[in-house]
Amino acid sequence: MSVTPENLGDLSRRTLLQRAAAAGLLAAPAMGLLSACAGSEPEKSDTGGAAKSKDNPFGVKDGSAVKVVIFNGGLGDQWAKEDKVIFSAKHPNVTVNMSSTQKIKTEEQPKMATQPSDLVMNSGADMMDRSTLINEGAIEPLDDLLTAPAWDSEGTVADSLLPGTVGDGTQNGKFYVVNVAYTVWGNWYNAALFKKEGWQAPTTWDEFFALAPKIKAKGMAPYVHDAVHGYYPRWALMASIWKTAGKQVVVDIDNLKEGAWKADGVLKALEPWEKLVKDKLLLPGKLDHTQSQQAWLDGKAAFIQVGTWLKNEMSATIPPGFELTLSDYWHNADDKAPKDVFAASGEGFVVPSKAPNKEAAKEFLRAILSKAGSAKFAELTKSLASTKGSGDNVQDTALSSANSLMKNGGSELISVKFQDFYADLDKESQNLSEELMAGRLTAQQFVDKMQAAADKVAKDSSIKKQTRTA
Amino acid sequence: MRHGVARFVTGFLALPVALYLFYVVWPFAQAAGYSLTDWGGYSDAQNFVGLDNYVRLLSDELIRKAFWHNVFFLVTVPLFTIALALFLAFLLNVGGREDRAGIRGVFGSALYKVIFFFPQVLSLVVIAVMWQQIYRTDQQGLINGLLIKIGLVDADNPIAFTADPEPFLGIPAVLWWLLLIAVWSGAGFYMVLFSAAMQSIPKDIYEAAILDGAGRFHTFFRVTLPLLRDTISVAWVYLGFIALDMYALVFVMTPSQGGPNHASEIFASVLNFTAFQKGQFGYACAMGVALAIFTILLAAVQLRITRRDRIEF
Repeated sequence: MSVTPENLGDLSRRTLLQRAAAAGLLAAPAMGLLSACAGSEPEKSDTGGAAKSKDNPFGVKDGSAVKVVIFNGGLGDQWAKEDKVIFSAKHPNVTVNMSSTQKIKTEEQPKMATQPSDLVMNSGADMMDRSTLINEGAIEPLDDLLTAPAWDSEGTVADSLLPGTVGDGTQNGKFYVVNVAYTVWGNWYNAALFKKEGWQAPTTWDEFFALAPKIKAKGMAPYVHDAVHGYYPRWALMASIWKTAGKQVVVDIDNLKEGAWKADGVLKALEPWEKLVKDKLLLPGKLDHTQSQQAWLDGKAAFIQVGTWLKNEMSATIPPGFELTLSDYWHNADDKAPKDVFAASGEGFVVPSKAPNKEAAKEFLRAILSKAGSAKFAELTKSLASTKGSGDNVQDTALSSANSLMKNGGSELISVKFQDFYADLDKESQNLSEELMAGRLTAQQFVDKMQAAADKVAKDSSIKKQTRTA
Repeated sequence: MRHGVARFVTGFLALPVALYLFYVVWPFAQAAGYSLTDWGGYSDAQNFVGLDNYVRLLSDELIRKAFWHNVFFLVTVPLFTIALALFLAFLLNVGGREDRAGIRGVFGSALYKVIFFFPQVLSLVVIAVMWQQIYRTDQQGLINGLLIKIGLVDADNPIAFTADPEPFLGIPAVLWWLLLIAVWSGAGFYMVLFSAAMQSIPKDIYEAAILDGAGRFHTFFRVTLPLLRDTISVAWVYLGFIALDMYALVFVMTPSQGGPNHASEIFASVLNFTAFQKGQFGYACAMGVALAIFTILLAAVQLRITRRDRIEF
């Protein structure tokens, strides 16, 4: 049995390899992937709380501990530490264990079925898929949070939220995800440069195409976009579809209605994008988000489309005198909903179903959504919070242009859901959006391929279907 | 006496073996178990679905595409890496002028060894980040910037590198650009491996060959290569595993992790998407098991066809 010095010579590289192969060691590339699949048995969580009152609507127990995990991305985590102070002022005997990470899924997913954290900010590139969390019953519905009294203002928590926030966090008729940030999307330009050159920021596609040659004459590209992450151009394309074809068409698209992508207006909404590419109005190169944003800040391109987190993300490299100004996506003269603004809540918190201290988790959310907490959020992140009035006292050109855009907007907010409903369609739409922007697809081909992808998801019985009504 | 040694060795190995069973073998078994269920990954609820996931695997278009991309790497990564490593090792050890001191490498070979080995010191993610700058798709990119400056590339149409799905020799360009990184990062290690093996070849064999009038070409193909057979075979197996993985490079370097538009999709990227984006862990486990079986089969076949009598010297 044992290897003795006499036959040690047999242990050549080859036999060693063969033995290792037998032991499965050679499956090294597959190993990490396989073990990622492995889970373990669940444990019972202990629940039960103290008496409920107006000041303590969920009955948080004194002496208990709550574990809060913050995504430390573009917004940083300083704002969350301020919320911890606000929370502890009211509940000095509850221990808050706060940690921040960029690897939400890597760290939290393995714990979801056994002993999860109490409150998880599910955000960033490494976030857990929301539909899966809900379909698997892994996160808790938070409808009672909406009806609870607000932390430091009149009315309920729901009353204090900006429009769309409750809808954005709702799936299958229940409220699951508490989005704490509020984002407005559109075309950014440098107001200082436009003033200097005497350019008027366009509101329609025709105005843009008229201005573009003047921009090119200055040695600038009229437009730059993220050519690596497909969801960047998709925001713009979907906003155009909503504006041109109207809300119902986007609702039909989200609901996988037959022929929804072939509806009137969809193709028309995409044709200006096709023209933008064909007329070579894009900055050459396939830049990613920060590269394209920096190119824009460096004056290589006049317009970039991205959300209001732009200022915070690029704060270190914004040149002096550069006035970041947000304008609405361009529309056509005869669009159905030209004034609707693309705005939504984001950066969602979830409470795992197996969290040991759900009461304190909800109470902590109430603190985050408080007037004091959201004002700190806006101040520290230069982004709006999803609570009303968070940006009122912040002086900033980027934030104020976003504010005025919201105030002059149409009756509805543009919102698109299919990418949250269906991972397959999400991926396909990202890929195809980039193909359209790379000039490898025409608008017509894009529409045909999206319709085919939607039909495929609609027919796939292994995918659970979602619907939106509004 | 012998008995005592056995007991000592057994006792010594018990703990590592137990750890190995628990942390390596058991997860394998679990994954195989989950591959027979519709587990979603976030709960402890799952239904037994038998071999459904494997049946689905066979008709999955994306998997088929990914499989052929993996096969491309499986053929090219070992081929190019070993060819390059052998060439470099030969130059550094026996490629130089032959003189009274015997056989030696080209001038400055010790320095070259360090330079060629250097990529091996870096982690793959560092390599990927570095190559992102080299491959940058505008004038600030190392290659594009240089080529635009000397007029070989049009500034309005720079090379798109890993964002380019257009086929070159029938294979999407993005795969060739990834291959270049994989070969670059691997060649140094195998060069050192082959160097060590070459140095263990007795000088007299070379001297005899040279006396018989063999040039560099013949010494390489008639002496060096046959005597390195064992080492090359081992290198081939290991490079095969690297080629089947390629995950880190695809994940960091390509748009949408497998893009543009699925042009660089590989087994691991589809598996990752299926498990973590789609929440179909059962199906993803089936992919993992299929990949593991494929890998083991490949290693077995490879070792079988290269089995030969060893040459003693």
